[in-house]
Amino acid sequence: MAASQTPSSPQAAPLVPREPFLTKRRAFSIVGLIIFLGFFAIPIYQTILLEMWDSPRQLTQQIVIGLTKGTYIAVIALGYTLVYGILELINFAHGDLFMIGAFLSLIFISLFGLDPKTSSGITIFFSLLGILGLVMLCTAFLNAGIERFAYRPLRNAPRLAPLISAIGMSFVLQNVGIFLGDGLIWDKIADGLGSDAIGRVADAMGTQSVAPKNIPDLLPNGQVFFIPDSLKYTYKDLLVAVVSLGLLAGLYSFVRFTKLGKAIRATAQDRDAARLMGINADRTISVTFLIGGALGGAAGMIVGLYNGTALFSMGFTAGLLSFTAAVLGGIGNILGSALGGLLIGLILALSDQYIGTRWSNAVIFAILVLILLFRPTGLLGQEGGQKA
Amino acid sequence: MKRFLSFSLVLTMIMVILAACGTETGGTAKTTVTIVSSLPRTGSSKGQTDTIVNAIKMRLEEDKYAACNGNVEIKYEDLDDATAAKGAWDETKEAENANAAASNKDVMVYIGTFNSGAAKIAIPILNNAGIVMISPANTYPGLTKEGKGAEGEPAVYYPKGTRNYTRVVPADDLQGAAAGNWAKELGVTNVYILDDTELYGKGIADVFAATAEANGIKIAGRDSIDSKASDYKALMSKIAATNPDMIYFGGITQSNAGQLVKDMRAAGMTADKVKFMGPDGIYEQAFIDAAGADNAEGVYATFGGVPPSKLEGKGAEWYNAYKAKFNAEPEAYAAYGYDSTNVALAAINKSCDSINRETILKNVFATKDFDGVLGKWGFDASGDTTLTQMSGQQIKNGAFEFIQVLK
Repeated sequence: MAASQTPSSPQAAPLVPREPFLTKRRAFSIVGLIIFLGFFAIPIYQTILLEMWDSPRQLTQQIVIGLTKGTYIAVIALGYTLVYGILELINFAHGDLFMIGAFLSLIFISLFGLDPKTSSGITIFFSLLGILGLVMLCTAFLNAGIERFAYRPLRNAPRLAPLISAIGMSFVLQNVGIFLGDGLIWDKIADGLGSDAIGRVADAMGTQSVAPKNIPDLLPNGQVFFIPDSLKYTYKDLLVAVVSLGLLAGLYSFVRFTKLGKAIRATAQDRDAARLMGINADRTISVTFLIGGALGGAAGMIVGLYNGTALFSMGFTAGLLSFTAAVLGGIGNILGSALGGLLIGLILALSDQYIGTRWSNAVIFAILVLILLFRPTGLLGQEGGQKA
Repeated sequence: MKRFLSFSLVLTMIMVILAACGTETGGTAKTTVTIVSSLPRTGSSKGQTDTIVNAIKMRLEEDKYAACNGNVEIKYEDLDDATAAKGAWDETKEAENANAAASNKDVMVYIGTFNSGAAKIAIPILNNAGIVMISPANTYPGLTKEGKGAEGEPAVYYPKGTRNYTRVVPADDLQGAAAGNWAKELGVTNVYILDDTELYGKGIADVFAATAEANGIKIAGRDSIDSKASDYKALMSKIAATNPDMIYFGGITQSNAGQLVKDMRAAGMTADKVKFMGPDGIYEQAFIDAAGADNAEGVYATFGGVPPSKLEGKGAEWYNAYKAKFNAEPEAYAAYGYDSTNVALAAINKSCDSINRETILKNVFATKDFDGVLGKWGFDASGDTTLTQMSGQQIKNGAFEFIQVLK
C-alpha cells in the first residue's frame, strides 16, 4: 500500500507520515518561529521571563499541570484528526460525544454505588476499569451509529452537507446530555422500577438538568512517592497522564502496524484506489468511527473524574480547545494532534500563571494564528496536502 | 393553485380582523392589570426563581388576583429570560420580554430582573414605555447610584430622564463593604480576589477590594476568570503560591464557582487553611451541589438581607405559611419576591381612580414605611430600598447556616 503514495499526488496526507520528522522546510519554519519569538516577544514579555526565573518551582508546577491537561486534550483531538484524515470532515459532534462519555461514567458510577468513603480501593479500581470499558463501548457504537445515519448518506454530497449534519448532531447530543442530566426523569424511572441503583443516579443528577453535576472523587489524591513534596503531583495526575498516553500510543501503533490500520491509512489516502485494492471502504470508515468514539468516551470519563464535573456544555468548550490542538499540530496527523494537545495544555497553564486567566483563550488563538502564518498546515501537517 | 392561495389569504385576513374586533368589544367594565415577572426560569438559577415565583403567586392568591375591592382583575405572567442553550439569562430573551411587556397595554408592573446585567437591558425599554420595574434581586449599584458604577451610569439607563426602576434588595456597595468588614472580623490578613468579569461579580469584587484594603488586609492578587473554562488547576496553583488565607470570588454559581472551589481544595487549600467567601450569588443549594458537599464545607457567603428562616414578626409568619403551603424551604430571594408583589399591589390599590402605568409608577415610588415581611421599609428617590441589614452565612454539614448579622 505504501507504494501507492507518490510525491506528485496532491491527495497524499496519510494519518502517519512516512517522511522524516525534520525536513529542511520544517527546520526553516521552526527557526523562523524562534527568531520571531526572540526579537518580538521577549522584549514584550520581559517581566514574565523574570517571573519565571524568580520561581523555578512554580514554573515547573505549571508545566506539570499544563502537560497533564495537554494529554487529555490530545486524546480528544485525536478523534477530530482520525475523522478528518479519513473523510475530510470536521466532526463537530466529537466534543459532545466526549461530554456523553462523562455523563455515562457518572451514571455507571452511581449505578455501581461507588463512593470514595465507603468502597475499598480494589473495588473502585476494578469497577472503574470496567466502567471505562463500558463507556468506551457505548460511545464507540454511538459514534459509529452517528456515522451510519448522519454522515454516510451524505458521503457523496457537497462537502458542506455533512459538515452541517455534524453541527446538527452536536446539538442533538447536547440535548441528550440535558436529558441524561435530568434527575426528575431518573426519579420517575426509579419509582417505576423500585430500583435503589437508579435512585442513586437521580440523586447524582440533582433537580436541575442543566446545572453542573458533581462526580465523586474516586481517583487517589496522594502525592506520588518519587516526586519531592515541594512539587504537587498526585496519583490522580499520574493516572490521567498514563491512561491518556497509553491511549495515544495504542492508537498510534494500531494505525501504524496492524492490517486494519493499514486499511485506514489507505482509505485516508485515496478512498477509490483503496477500494480497487479490495479494501471495504465503508467498513474501514465505520471502524475509524468506532475507534474515535471509544477515544472520545474514554477522554470524557478521564476528564470527568479528573475535574469532578459533568456539564452538558462541557463538550463545546473542550471540543473547541481540542479542535484547535488538532489544527495547531496539523489536522489529519496523529502525532501532530498529540503535539498540539500538549502545547495547548502547556500554553493554557503558563498563561494562567503569567498573563492572567481571562487572556488565556486569546493567547492560544494568537499563537495558533502565528504558527499557521509560518506553517499553514500546522506543525506536523503534510506540505501541499491542504484540504478544506 | 394561485387562486386558492389568494383566497385563503383573504380568508385569514378576515378572520384576524374579526378576532381583533372580538377582543375589543368583548372587554367588560372590569379593568385588567397584568403583572409580569422576568426571571431566569431555566438553568441552575431555577431553584431560586421557583421560590420567587411561588412567593409572587402566594401573595396574589391572598388577594384572589384582584385589587380595588374587586374592580380590578390582576393577571400574572411568568416570563423566562434564560435559554436552555446558555443555562443562564440571555440578552435577546430579556429584550424580548421587555418589549412584549411594553407593547401589551395591560402590563403595568414588571417584577424583575434577577441578574443585574439583564436589568441593564430591560430598564431603558420599560423606561420608554413608562412601566415600573420592581427587582427582587438586582444588586449592581450602577443601576441606581451615581458614581458607584461605570461612567455615565445610571443616567444611560433612563432615556426619558425619569426613574422607573426600584429594587427591594440593598445594592452591592453595601454588600461588598459588609464582606470586607466581615473578612477583617474573621481574622483574614492576605486575600486573593477573583471575579467573573460580569457586571455583578466584578462590581462587588471591586467594592470588596477597596474595603479590604482600607481595613489593612493585604491583597495577594486579583484575577478575572473565564467562567466557561473546564478547570482552574493552573490558576489555583498560582494562587496557592501567594499563600493567602482567604479567596474572595465576586461571581455567581453559574459562572463556575463550584469548579473553583473543587480545584482550590485539590490544590491543597483546605477549609481550615484558606477560607473561600462569595456574595449572595453563591448563596444557594445549587452551589453546594456543583462543588460537592465535601468541597463546599466551610465556604462563607454574604447576603444583602437576612435568610427567610431568620425573619421576624410578619416575616416569620410568612416563612411558616410558605413552608406549610409548598412543603419546601424558601430560597434567599423568595421573601423579596413576596414583598415586591406586596408593594405592587399596594400601589395598584392606591391608584384605583386612574389605573394606568403612570399613576402606578408614581405610587410605587411613593412607598414609605411599608410594613412588609422584610420589616418596615420604603424606596428612596432613586428607587433603592431603605433596608440595610445584611447577613453572613457559612456552609456547615452540607447546608448554608446563618452565622451573624453584618453591618
